[in-house]
Amino acid sequence: MIDLNTIWFLLVAVLIMGYAVLDGFDLGVGIIQLFTKDPDERRVNINAIGPVWDGNEVWLLTGGGAMFAAFPIVYATVFSSFYIAFMLLLTALIFRAVSFEFRKYSETPRSKKIWDMSFALGSTIPALLYGVAFGNILRGLPIQITDGKITDSVSFLSLLNPYSLLVGVLSLVLFTMHGSIYMTMKSTGKQQDKMVSVAGKTWAVFIILYFIATMATFFTAPFLFDGVLKKLIFWLLFILLFLALFYIPIGLKAKKFGRTFFASSLLIVCMVGLIGVSLFPRLVPSSVDLANSSLTIYNASSSQNTLTTMLIIALIGMPVVIAYTIYIYRVFRGKVVITKESY
Amino acid sequence: MDANVLARIQFAMTIGFHFLFPPLSIGLAWILVIIEGLGWKKKNETYVAIGKFFGKILALIFAIGVATGVVMEFQFGTNWAEYSKFVGDIFGAPLAAEGIFAFFLESTFLGLYIFGRERVSKGVHWFSIWMVAIGSTISAFWILVANSWQQTPAGYVIRNGRAELVDFWAAVFNPSTLVRFHHTFDAALISGAFLMAGIAAYLILKKKETEIAKKALKVAVIFGLVVSLLEVFPFGDLHSKQVARTQPEKFAAQQGLFETQAGAPLSLFGIPSANPPELKMHIAIPKLLSLLTYNDPNATVKGLKEFPQSEWPPLFLTFTSYHLMVALGILFILIMGISVFYLYRKTLFEKKFLLKVLMWAIPLPLLACQFGWIAAEVGRQPWIVYKLMKTTEAASQNVNAGEILFSIILFGIIYLLLGSIFLFMLIRKIKAGPEPVKAKEVAL
Repeated sequence: MIDLNTIWFLLVAVLIMGYAVLDGFDLGVGIIQLFTKDPDERRVNINAIGPVWDGNEVWLLTGGGAMFAAFPIVYATVFSSFYIAFMLLLTALIFRAVSFEFRKYSETPRSKKIWDMSFALGSTIPALLYGVAFGNILRGLPIQITDGKITDSVSFLSLLNPYSLLVGVLSLVLFTMHGSIYMTMKSTGKQQDKMVSVAGKTWAVFIILYFIATMATFFTAPFLFDGVLKKLIFWLLFILLFLALFYIPIGLKAKKFGRTFFASSLLIVCMVGLIGVSLFPRLVPSSVDLANSSLTIYNASSSQNTLTTMLIIALIGMPVVIAYTIYIYRVFRGKVVITKESY
Repeated sequence: MDANVLARIQFAMTIGFHFLFPPLSIGLAWILVIIEGLGWKKKNETYVAIGKFFGKILALIFAIGVATGVVMEFQFGTNWAEYSKFVGDIFGAPLAAEGIFAFFLESTFLGLYIFGRERVSKGVHWFSIWMVAIGSTISAFWILVANSWQQTPAGYVIRNGRAELVDFWAAVFNPSTLVRFHHTFDAALISGAFLMAGIAAYLILKKKETEIAKKALKVAVIFGLVVSLLEVFPFGDLHSKQVARTQPEKFAAQQGLFETQAGAPLSLFGIPSANPPELKMHIAIPKLLSLLTYNDPNATVKGLKEFPQSEWPPLFLTFTSYHLMVALGILFILIMGISVFYLYRKTLFEKKFLLKVLMWAIPLPLLACQFGWIAAEVGRQPWIVYKLMKTTEAASQNVNAGEILFSIILFGIIYLLLGSIFLFMLIRKIKAGPEPVKAKEVAL
């Protein structure tokens, strides 16, 4: 009963979850870097994600590629609509990507600090923009489909509406919390204590913001709640989300940092899952004509042949990817050790 | 300027800059497979020192490649939305496959290669550079699948106003994929060989860690000669023949041939013009083009006048960049050939002038890559997908000229900045030289 289009909706959701969990913590470490004054702590931060961040970012590239392959209409429409925002995002990601190596080869503390800040801003801006983008998609874009022709016009300033900015701040806080929990596993001593405290505080802020954002969604995009409460999967994700959310302070207090990180990851997975459940089968709601002009998994998808081919590719490729990703994380598990090869 | 022209400038700039880095990382990664393998099998610390030194350079180059590559993955959607809608059913699959089969592999294992030397066994460490090399090569493969499909589309049907996939393997292995993959992949190996040879030559000239540098130079020039030879024959030869067969207008433009003729000459030099249609100031060898293309000196080769002028590519860029690429390709054989000759005579390390040539030749393969790319892409114009879609129909309609101009200026400044910092750091790294063999590990 599950058709190919639905499977691809799930797969894209999984890629977004993978990206949000994995790059989520290293974006978070970048945000923390913005407020870390001690150069040694900054060095621990950057090396905590040094060997793995690049692999994490590939989830974004693969997500983009999968969107192009499975839902090309969404890829083309949304990306061109968000033109200026995308250029800013790419700028931030460029500076983030180069700052690791550039930091390594900088010789003075001052130039190292410059690249630390480039890494920090290059992480903070995307963390905010992802939320803003999701906010705009949730409330709907002014898409009009007439006789199969899609028209839309979105100005950069209209993307910065209060609701979307709220979701932006929410994602910023979420990633900061996720990153600080990751750092509790990677750092020691004073730095670790500090990270526990940051994680606790951002957790409190997150709960408040998440509540406000959910209320705001109810008023901004009520259609997202239509019929959702009848779905079993909604309640499953909802309960898991709450269990994960409330385990975080318990885990932090008990110093079970590995488990806390797992809870934080689960929280992110559930959040993305809930967004998916409320959107389904739409990918991008239309704010002009919700019923007829929204981009859905049917009117925005590739042909059945391409979806089948891509599914085979994903089924062959992704298990291998996941296997060696786990292997690499095992090799680099434990506290950060600074060596000659470090950044 | 209209939005379409700006969109093309933007794409040319971002891909041109990006394309400086992947050839170097692919080439360097494969040479490091050889170097690290020798170090492990022979238990020779000198090779390990080469690996450490060039591994760091690889990481630096790779980082810029990743940073500028992210832009490419999204640019089809942001700038070329109409194109993306038209080809998404086919074009998206190779990009997604590249992510799944290539990006994860190279990114993940590069981390292990650079940071894992002391954490994993020597065998696993060697395996990690293999995975980086294979990953980056698979990445090149899928990108060339996507791009070759634009050159010689296959395995599709036009349905619902777009190109839809009917035969995946026919689309993947379309008539130009394999030929273009071999040609481009080998160009990357040449780029890597010249980079290593040039840096090693510099170290020898400056008498820095010459033991390490000599071994590196030896591997690099032998490897470099082999791949330079292969690039011209068979890969370049096969590629030219394929273009003649599948895209005759592009071929005629690259060769500067206007009249269809039997026994066509090979133009070595010239300045093509469309109005009047002729090749000015040209020097040619009679019958050679027919012979090279069809193995028959009297074969007929189609000229540009066979096709409507509205379907001609820009002549000057196509012709000139093609000829410069070929000239450079021959120069590479000469440089590497002479180097290997003196290596055989055991006097290479004393030939100061040749070492200087090797050093200054580092950027030349990258230049050749750029020329080749221009000859291929400009030569495909006015089509974005050969005979299916014109470039003028492909840009995003909801993005205006001002927005594109903004991104051109933005990326122009960023790339200028990145390029300068990259060069500065690379040169400083090279000047510092490799660490001496058997140095004690210093804890920091």
